[in-house]
Amino acid sequence: MEMINITIDNKKVQVAKGTSLLDAAKTVGINIPTLCYLHLHDLEITNKPAGCRICVVEVKGRRNLAPACVTECTEGMEVNTHNIRVLNARKTVMELILSDHPTDCLVCPKSGNCELQTLAQELGIRQIHYQGEQSHYREDTSPAIIRDVDKCIMCRRCEMMCNEVQTVGVLSAVNRGFMSVVAPAFEMNLDHSVCTYCGQCVAVCPTGALTEVDHTNSVIRALADPTKTVIVQTAPAVRAALGEEFGLKPGTLVTGKMVSALRRLGFDYVFDTDFAADLTIMEEGTELLDRLSRHLKGDKDVKLPILTSCCPGWVNFFEHQFPDMLDIPSTARSPQQMFGSIAKTYFADKLGIKRENMVVVSIMPCLAKKYECSRDEFKVDGNPDVDFAVSTRELANLIKQANIDFNSLVDDDFDRPLGESTGAGVIFGVTGGVIEAATRTAYEVFTGKKLEKVNFDQLRGMEWVRSATVDFDGLPIKIGIAHGLGNARKLLEDVRDGKADFHAIEIMACPGGCIGGGGQPLHHGDSSVLKARTSAIYREDESKVIRKSHENPFIIQLYEEFLGKPCSHKSHQLLHTHYFDKSKPVEIE
Amino acid sequence: MASINIKLSDHKIAQLKAICMEFNNDKGELINVLHKAQHLFGYLPAEVQEVIAKELKTSVAHIYGVVSFYSFFTMTPKGEHPISICMGTACYVRGAEKVLDEFKRILKVKVGETTADGKFSLSCLRCVGACGLAPVVMVGEKVYGRVAPDGVKDILDEYSKPQ
Repeated sequence: MEMINITIDNKKVQVAKGTSLLDAAKTVGINIPTLCYLHLHDLEITNKPAGCRICVVEVKGRRNLAPACVTECTEGMEVNTHNIRVLNARKTVMELILSDHPTDCLVCPKSGNCELQTLAQELGIRQIHYQGEQSHYREDTSPAIIRDVDKCIMCRRCEMMCNEVQTVGVLSAVNRGFMSVVAPAFEMNLDHSVCTYCGQCVAVCPTGALTEVDHTNSVIRALADPTKTVIVQTAPAVRAALGEEFGLKPGTLVTGKMVSALRRLGFDYVFDTDFAADLTIMEEGTELLDRLSRHLKGDKDVKLPILTSCCPGWVNFFEHQFPDMLDIPSTARSPQQMFGSIAKTYFADKLGIKRENMVVVSIMPCLAKKYECSRDEFKVDGNPDVDFAVSTRELANLIKQANIDFNSLVDDDFDRPLGESTGAGVIFGVTGGVIEAATRTAYEVFTGKKLEKVNFDQLRGMEWVRSATVDFDGLPIKIGIAHGLGNARKLLEDVRDGKADFHAIEIMACPGGCIGGGGQPLHHGDSSVLKARTSAIYREDESKVIRKSHENPFIIQLYEEFLGKPCSHKSHQLLHTHYFDKSKPVEIE
Repeated sequence: MASINIKLSDHKIAQLKAICMEFNNDKGELINVLHKAQHLFGYLPAEVQEVIAKELKTSVAHIYGVVSFYSFFTMTPKGEHPISICMGTACYVRGAEKVLDEFKRILKVKVGETTADGKFSLSCLRCVGACGLAPVVMVGEKVYGRVAPDGVKDILDEYSKPQ
């Protein structure tokens, strides 16, 4: 590898050819400030339009200051990152950005977590010398995401996520000059577009331009209503990330503290979406085995591969973009919806209360879950199975509002029966986890043998598209995995073109799976956070006594007492769904 | 940007697809495709952009991004005779603004608008490359040079006559 010698702030640095000034500076402990730049290292997601000019530095011999994020090191370069010329330019740039930005920080939902605010603080901005007209746009509220684009600074990270990573293609820079902004086509509202509500735009937005629809006040009201029994479920990925909101190291598992906090908040029952994940495996796994055995018997009508259907962003994606393939995904509802459905039937019956008097709240790493629980097919006489889906970030806010010192909480356990789960339910939170959980159960049910090794390492990892063959006692089962919707698209196109012969495929809309969801604590471009959360999830799995969904005693009890068997008539009514063609073809006369 | 909902006829869609095909459905040729499409329809309504997005396998948002960036592209229908006044430096210093004001006064429209009868629409452009003829006005494809405010009515009369 060719090495380059340069000097940054009088420090000698040797880096590989092709390294940017920004990365070179980092190796000697110099953090050049950035704003539009985003680099999720392990996922190879990069945004560097060099648009904001915050990272400018002085390169000896060059007339103009150079943006460090896109300037490659060349032999003998002498760079200064903080002389007076650089500092003045950087502050001027910052003041110009701020001159067209609302200054309502005190009441902005992003306050305290805003990269623009932090940067203004770090650069010591105390006054904005440039006063003039500010651009104003219409606020756009969808079921999951709010666009307050007066706060858009045109970093275009959201546009990159929406187009390059997710290939959803809803967001684009539109208009010109002062009026330019990131918006859907024709500046229509998000809910008229093909937005999947995956929330990856929100996950990378440095300001308050893109935020989630906040349901914390609705939850507080429900908790205060004495006529309501309020039940909460927590998704697997939440426990691996919630601690970050309270200053804990990424990857700290806070399952027990989270349960304590929820109990203190006043929830009548603290349950676990992991229980419903086990239930999902029973239904989806049975569906897989049914399709598989029909296929092996030579049934030509059977559709393979079966695609997982737990991820609501993914469901929205194929309803919009692959309407010709609606019969391939599993009909199993997502764990969130299975939980709501069982809570408001089986558990409400046990308590002897009406569904109208039960409020189901779910804590989700996801913004698409907000949309999912509002879908008409998940309501009974207008009453939704899940009333409110709040994000990990919103839960942290609820805990703070209730004056709870989270870090000093003593661990507590979930309630029974809907709080008991296996390691298989936990790993739903990471890419590859759902299919690994399904494999653990499907293997044992199909072969009648006990798994010697529960871990399927070949299904794990961060590579965008993975495939593996699992030996089902002599029968090779081909499994495909994709995370990120752009990769899902590739895999799905291969299936459509007959280029892929998988038996089962798992898709997660978000990079890394749910641990990287749009409702999680913000990673601020640090992909090691996602890795730490992933290993936390696998640690939780390892720590469980029972690690296969079909061995969950409360799942067995649920089938005995209520559902009968997997994919029974009752299961179909309560736990399965159907999909809609939501493509928007051009109307032709 | 305003849009008018229209339903495209099969024939027009076929023509539009042929334009895309002419450029091998290459999204790198988007601007050329949009040029020809605007020539065909007179403007670029949402429906046209949706067809192009499908043919070029790109997002409608991206197409709208390009359409809304360039002032040449419009989503409002142009008049039967689109009038463009050059506001490039040479034309401007030789009185293009006065010519423009005269068009606005007679037609009772602002820049970017179309007359109520759909006959004329008014727009500005930057340099048609005929600076020697400044100030320059274009009506459709026809170029008028050295236009003075008192010549505006004559130009309009050419197109107002029953044909």
